Amino acid sequence: MKRGITLNINGRDHPVQVEPRRTLADAIREDCGQTGTHTGCEHGVCGACTVLLEGEPVRSCLMFAVQADGRRLRTVEGLAHDGQLHPLQRAFIEHHGLQCGFCTPGFLMLAAAALERDPAIGDAALLEVLSANLCRCTGYKNIVTAVRAAAGEMRIKK
Amino acid sequence: MGLDHARGGEAALEAVKPAPFEYHAPRTVEEAVTLLAEVAPRDGRVLAGGQSLVPAMALRLARPAHLVDINAVSGLDRLRVEAGDLVIGACVRHAAFDRPAAGGPLGTLLAQVARHIAHWPVRTRGTFCGSIANADPASEWCLLAATLDATMVARSVRGARAIAAAGFFHGAMATALAADELLVEVRVPLLAADARCGFSEFSRRAGDFAIAMALATYRLENGVMTDARVGIGAVESAPRRVGEAEAALNGKRPGEDAFRDAAAAVARAAAPVGDIRYPAGYRRDVAAAMAQRALEGTVP
Amino acid sequence: MKTKFVGQPVERLEDLPLVTGRGRYAADINFPDQLHMRVVRSGHAHGELVSIDTSQARVAAGVVAVWTAADVAGLKPISLREGPDAKLDPYLQPVLAARRVRYVGEPVAVVFAEDAYLAEDAAERVGVEVRELPPLLEAFAAPVEFEPGRSTEPLVIRKGFGDVDAAFRAAYAVVELDLATGRHSGVPLETRGAIARYDAARDIIEMHGAAKVPHRTRDGIARSLGRDPATLHLCEGHVGGGFGIRGEVYPEDVLVCLAALRLGRPVKWIEDRYEHLIAANHSRQQRHHVRAAVDAAGRLLALDDEFFHDQGAYPRTHGARVVDLTAGMLPGPYHVPAYRAVGHYRLTNKTPAATYRAPGRFEGGFVRERLMDAIAQRLGLDRVEVRRRNLIPPTAMPYRREMSAIGDDVEIDSGDYGRLLDRTLARIAWDALQRSLEQRRAAGEMVGAGIAMFLEKSGPGPRDTTYVTVEEDGGVEVLTGSASVGQGVETAFAQICADALGVDYRRVRVVHGQTARIANGVGAHAARATVLTGSAVHVAASNVRAKAIAAAADLMQVPAEALDVVEGKVVRKDSADAIALDLGEVARAVAGTAAALTAEGTFTTTHMTYPYGAQVAVVRVDRDTGGVAVERCLVAYDVGRAVNPMMVEGQLAGGFAQGLGGALFEEFQYDERGQPLSVTFADYLQPTASEMPALDILVSEDAPSPLNPLGIKGAGEGGVPAVGAAVAAAIDDAIGIPGAVTILPVTPVRLKEILDRERQVEMRRKI
Repeated sequence: MKRGITLNINGRDHPVQVEPRRTLADAIREDCGQTGTHTGCEHGVCGACTVLLEGEPVRSCLMFAVQADGRRLRTVEGLAHDGQLHPLQRAFIEHHGLQCGFCTPGFLMLAAAALERDPAIGDAALLEVLSANLCRCTGYKNIVTAVRAAAGEMRIKK
Repeated sequence: MGLDHARGGEAALEAVKPAPFEYHAPRTVEEAVTLLAEVAPRDGRVLAGGQSLVPAMALRLARPAHLVDINAVSGLDRLRVEAGDLVIGACVRHAAFDRPAAGGPLGTLLAQVARHIAHWPVRTRGTFCGSIANADPASEWCLLAATLDATMVARSVRGARAIAAAGFFHGAMATALAADELLVEVRVPLLAADARCGFSEFSRRAGDFAIAMALATYRLENGVMTDARVGIGAVESAPRRVGEAEAALNGKRPGEDAFRDAAAAVARAAAPVGDIRYPAGYRRDVAAAMAQRALEGTVP
Repeated sequence: MKTKFVGQPVERLEDLPLVTGRGRYAADINFPDQLHMRVVRSGHAHGELVSIDTSQARVAAGVVAVWTAADVAGLKPISLREGPDAKLDPYLQPVLAARRVRYVGEPVAVVFAEDAYLAEDAAERVGVEVRELPPLLEAFAAPVEFEPGRSTEPLVIRKGFGDVDAAFRAAYAVVELDLATGRHSGVPLETRGAIARYDAARDIIEMHGAAKVPHRTRDGIARSLGRDPATLHLCEGHVGGGFGIRGEVYPEDVLVCLAALRLGRPVKWIEDRYEHLIAANHSRQQRHHVRAAVDAAGRLLALDDEFFHDQGAYPRTHGARVVDLTAGMLPGPYHVPAYRAVGHYRLTNKTPAATYRAPGRFEGGFVRERLMDAIAQRLGLDRVEVRRRNLIPPTAMPYRREMSAIGDDVEIDSGDYGRLLDRTLARIAWDALQRSLEQRRAAGEMVGAGIAMFLEKSGPGPRDTTYVTVEEDGGVEVLTGSASVGQGVETAFAQICADALGVDYRRVRVVHGQTARIANGVGAHAARATVLTGSAVHVAASNVRAKAIAAAADLMQVPAEALDVVEGKVVRKDSADAIALDLGEVARAVAGTAAALTAEGTFTTTHMTYPYGAQVAVVRVDRDTGGVAVERCLVAYDVGRAVNPMMVEGQLAGGFAQGLGGALFEEFQYDERGQPLSVTFADYLQPTASEMPALDILVSEDAPSPLNPLGIKGAGEGGVPAVGAAVAAAIDDAIGIPGAVTILPVTPVRLKEILDRERQVEMRRKI
């Protein structure tokens, strides 16, 4: 029943044995030990499980791990580089964009995908993107502010 | 995806881990349909985007014993214009329509409609054809296919066949596809270069399932509307064109009067499905309002 | 005392691990050889449990054990947190249903297996046979039999003062309303979870996944297990939101602990979302019949409220607290000469309910503010003016109401409500807003504004104790019995400690949620953490500072009065250049002696503090669909003193979003058989970023509390209470039908019905 696959997460290969029904979220968390990605509903609505698959945001609870065999995944653990926080991570801290932190990895990856695609994204489009994920603590106000601020920084760097 | 269907009071209630299944990842259409012929009779299903199927499996509303994952099948990602149709292959994602996938009004319409489908991370995986095969009454693409008279091309071990939209949608989650048929592509006729289009949807929150929606197109000839198409979705168990609304438009000038008549025709003709959350009367009224707004949206 | 950190929007100490994916939430915790627990739940709302067939499940792959009520017969039912209550004790929930099932979702059996997938597979194979009984689904319907000799109305709470009947007889006008708030709840993004392991050598059960009130929960679980609480250690890691829902004693917590003990392996239970929506505490569902007697100027002479609280199938750990709070807080910031509240605590066959952020105040606030709008309408008065006329003036503080709320006399400590109202009106430019809305209405838009005022409560005592210690490296540990649900207690307490002690807040490490480290704690609920624990931190840190100065005075041979602690060093006040001693050095010097740099601080209070606020909402209604778009909102809240303004605003914004959910979107619905319909996030709708209005937050510090050294009033619940009322009022204004909204949430279907009915009435008039 189990088959061997390799999940490449943040540049590192994780060879694991999984049943076909093992969701990508569970494989990332349990089999690869990367627990930064969270599951808030496991039916694809809350977005807490958002990771990047070849640079595109996907809900990892809606994929089976076997479908990501050999593909490049990025999770929140890979946002910081050489001990330097990603502009989004810094912005979330500066602008109080998190309280309990449970939805935060999902938002960070979603925002990272959006800003890497277009750091000049407009306000309306950004709001649409950020409406994909649920947060129960912050009321979203500071999340939007934080992502805006990070976008500014990433635009300059580009 | 009809996650909001009420559940019975029997055992096997809540679940979020899928039941076990055997997984197949064919590389060619021939392999895929051969597999389907084998496994469909034993609860085998196609896995494309997974954005509808996987949540259903997580909640154990669906328990396929076999999944045929078509994401690695070559040749299913075609998205191009051929002989007056936009050909959409089985693995084309919703996100592919964010930018106009064809020239002219159809491309613009597709981009406008795509924005209403869930959210970006769902659109990176979910497929156009998957939505068609799934036939959720609240699916925007199903409404589009029904209104524009798309053709669905299915393949099986018995060969290929083309199914017109008018005969494709049988009801909620039910289509003309046989259990072992793979929907390999959908062909949407291009709209005339001067065609006008409008789409309107009402949902509770951004990206939610439609409670009612309408799609309208027509052309103008000598200042009056012709070739009108008015489709409603999420109102009945399947999307469809409303002939009475179209009759109220053809031959008239575009404007409030004709649009109101068409909306009234929708209200009369619709046979809405009511449930504990949205009574039939409510859906009827909102369907008419959406028809009116879709038509208002055709005027630049 | 200088304040360098208190009052500043400093960055949170909690954030770094959370933004880098290094949080340790319950689901992230794993122990070698652990088992996974899966709960089998009732699929019937009401019935006799005829039999449970576990034979198939027992032989399923990976299954180690399957329990039903028979296997846990020695467990006592889930007890009340505040202590036994003769009226409620007969109704307490058993850990596993034995003879009856009373709500869909009630735990009936548990499966223990090698992994979560297998546990779910096996749980499906447990056959539960139930002889269905008719469910009771309305709290205001007549009570029925809970069991022979007991009705589904265990108690009625009555509160009041003054001669209500006389006031009504003498009234210039009487306004009467029937109002209802819908069933909804906190629904945090992290579901519940618990992981327990048993240390046989020390006979200690250790449970991870605790939150909110770890000490009380420990005691509750211990009671059910029949064990000494000292043998149970609860540990809190990161917590994905609480809102009052998480952290109370649930049957699953007891089962996890018992299983670790009996099965000899760690046991992990992580709830899924479907389970959460049918098994974690519900809240908010009440129906009120309220009357107000007023004079010709619109001043309240009396309030008379009878209400029915839909508690669900069993009492929860809070007993009747929500009913008590509803009744106790309903008068709000207004002077009410005579008052009567009768709260019926009714059991129904739904998921049990308990406290959820601002419990009783979202409900009561909706009722009270709808009443104020109705009074304005009846007397032809401006709705702001009516409120102003009724506000308790600052000269009346402290203001007593001759009744208690949760055991505490209602004595409002401080408040300048009129001033906050003025500031609110000025901030939103109320008059200009009215004019602009009129113009937009003339152009055909259905737009309107509403305003609501409210009174909150926070910091119920009686006391809390913390311990502050300076370590030899100069770092500071603050040991509290508090709890973090993500609200930032580590930062707030660090700020308070830093200012009181004289160090940088970044050097302060706050310990919370570990029952083994501190004997007692009040946890974090009822917006008490900052008030009670924060005050205790202030006291403890001040005590340590005094000790540090005394010790340094000795070491430096200088009088204590000449010394100060600044940025972690003991310095001479008069000369900045003179030799300074690091606190760490001082700590080393006196380590192990009575003068060691560690001190306890206790804060005791006899009364709660009463923060207060106002809310304005501007909405646009879509007449064709009944959809409501909330364009702008203002939340104004007086917290006495804001330890961290950024965090206070964050609390208000988050609370506002939840209030908005309750006003427009969130509802636990049931069908006529008692089957829950809101079982996934596709059914239970929480606001996303797109549904949020432009939100302005005004944090006011006009009325510090005289009841604690820092003047703090808790901020945690202030975003919630007035949203329902303000949005309802705005909708009335937009559609031009005063008093139209009487039920929350205002769903499109409900609103369209109101609009259609009105249009029919109009059409009939024209004929």
